[in-house]
Amino acid sequence: MTTRRIATVAAALALTAGMASAEGKLSIFHWFEYIPKELLDKFTAETGIEVTMDTYDSNESMLASLKGGTMGSYDVAVPGDYMVQIMRDEGMLDTIAEGELTNKANIEPQWLDVDFDPGRMHSIPYQWGSTSFAVNREVFDGDINTTSIIFDPPEALKGKINVLDTQGELLALASLHLGIPQCSTDRDQLRLLSETVNAAKDNWASFNSDGAKDVLVSGDAAVGMIWNGFGAKARVEGAPIEYAYPKEGYVVWMDNVVLLKDAPNRESAIKFMDFLLEPENIAQVSNFAQYTAGITGVTPLLSEDLKTSPEQNPPADAPAGTFVKVCDQQTQALYDAIWTRLKK
Amino acid sequence: MAGQLPSNDDSAAFAPARVWLMLPTWALIGFFLLLPVLLMLVYSFLTKEFRGGVIWEFSLESYDRFFLDRGLFGDEPPKIEWTYIGIFWRSAWQAGLATLLCLLVGFPTAWFIATRPPQTRSIWLFLVTIPYWVNLLIRTVSMKFLIRDNGPVNELLMALGVLDAPFTMINTNFAVQLGLFYSYLPFMVLPIYAAVERYNFALTEAAADLYATRWVTLWLIVIPVVRPGIIAGSILVFVPSLGAFLAPDLLGGAKNWMIGSLIEDQFKGAAGNWPFGAAVAMVLLSVVLVVLFIYARSQTRAGAR
Repeated sequence: MTTRRIATVAAALALTAGMASAEGKLSIFHWFEYIPKELLDKFTAETGIEVTMDTYDSNESMLASLKGGTMGSYDVAVPGDYMVQIMRDEGMLDTIAEGELTNKANIEPQWLDVDFDPGRMHSIPYQWGSTSFAVNREVFDGDINTTSIIFDPPEALKGKINVLDTQGELLALASLHLGIPQCSTDRDQLRLLSETVNAAKDNWASFNSDGAKDVLVSGDAAVGMIWNGFGAKARVEGAPIEYAYPKEGYVVWMDNVVLLKDAPNRESAIKFMDFLLEPENIAQVSNFAQYTAGITGVTPLLSEDLKTSPEQNPPADAPAGTFVKVCDQQTQALYDAIWTRLKK
Repeated sequence: MAGQLPSNDDSAAFAPARVWLMLPTWALIGFFLLLPVLLMLVYSFLTKEFRGGVIWEFSLESYDRFFLDRGLFGDEPPKIEWTYIGIFWRSAWQAGLATLLCLLVGFPTAWFIATRPPQTRSIWLFLVTIPYWVNLLIRTVSMKFLIRDNGPVNELLMALGVLDAPFTMINTNFAVQLGLFYSYLPFMVLPIYAAVERYNFALTEAAADLYATRWVTLWLIVIPVVRPGIIAGSILVFVPSLGAFLAPDLLGGAKNWMIGSLIEDQFKGAAGNWPFGAAVAMVLLSVVLVVLFIYARSQTRAGAR
């Protein structure tokens, strides 16, 4: 989809606050519907920095846009875990020097040294969550904590399933279903993966990511593969759904604010990252998007709904989630081929 | 019928300046049409860079991938690759059917409008163009709301007792067809209207005087005269339908790609295979050019007769 430019009322705010109007600029490349506008206004009011934002709807389209020539026009972007690693490998990220971020100590220890960015040299946590699926309990009241709901569904759910139109997460979930590793090069495993998703597709109604919430609310789909926060929003909007924690496993992800190479306003970008490392600021994002921040001290600032939401609090017996792996070039080509065969 | 326009002598006055007057047009076409297409042509022969982008090394890999199937692992003896031909075929018949349906509905509509009194024609034309005030994306999403399982169409049919259970239309080829037909219908009506408006109705009377039946009049008199409008309308419906990706994505559930969605995924999706996307676009362009070329040849022959 096209990107939208949202200019905040920064200039007006800066003037009313009696500040110099040209303290600086900041150019953000961000997901759709993922940051409350009030928070950007607050940043502008505090720093006098004028913010512009373009949005994207998938990690891949963000990468394509940057590679297609918009590199150098943005200061920060918000890639998911595996995409941070890809962008780092491609040399698209600038390094944050030790001590440059005042609030770096606020990052939760478990998110400080992550595989996709060891030592947090290029990124800070934004939000994290899980990808599983939600089931309409008025349509199906059996056991939903199994990936068979998507890949080998019971009769009642056939033809009423929406899956996310995201190759990485869908094939990762299918791999968990089959109990095979991600980035496998074993021919029999890959053949099995291809056959499984192709057979399952006959039972799927649609591939839809940005409409994943709406199809559950409208009842078009009785099962929807979905991100946990998006699922919580669907439930709040009236869908009689329950979010599943399948015993075979599910996907977890973390979105991160990265400092882009050739950032035109590097200083503003560092200020913005420090701003998002403040618990009271990042808590606003969590309350808006219904995901979890990787920052200490956020919990007391969350809304009651979010603290108790089943999408945020896996039952004690739920397995741990799995991150989507980054495959090497040759292996990735095989997964791309499986995807093409699925969608032909 | 003399299809040729008389040569316009007025233009002679501008003859010396003709080249300069054409310059802005050519510059626009060159810069915004030819240059990008040439760029895509060059890209289609380059090597794919991992995760988007190109490496400037000549490669036939993209075309090889389009036409030859070397198995999932790329080491089987090459067979003909049906995957992409299949996607082209699906797009072609969807676009062809949309063109035919638009013609069947658009021709009588255009005829109706053209035979109204002149002062009311503009109102009818205005009504035809109203949907164009709304963005195509919005219209396609609205169509989705209308035909969903618990949408108004199914609710009405069930309330009237025509159906017992909802008739599933959404996420099917039928829904895609409905979307294409609805989106491009005005493209058929307007050119045919322009042709019918200039039709001399004395010809119909003359035919009737000579005992021609209605069918004979339609086939031998009316259709040959308004043929340029029909052909223009058909091209205007067929070509954008062929490359459509909103309708298959939103109404078809993105389950089965059409050419447009295949190309989109190469540039925006996880595959990030720009040379292959460019190659698919080039194959599509070639097919369209061949069809237009055959049409132009047949026109020249018809003109020579």
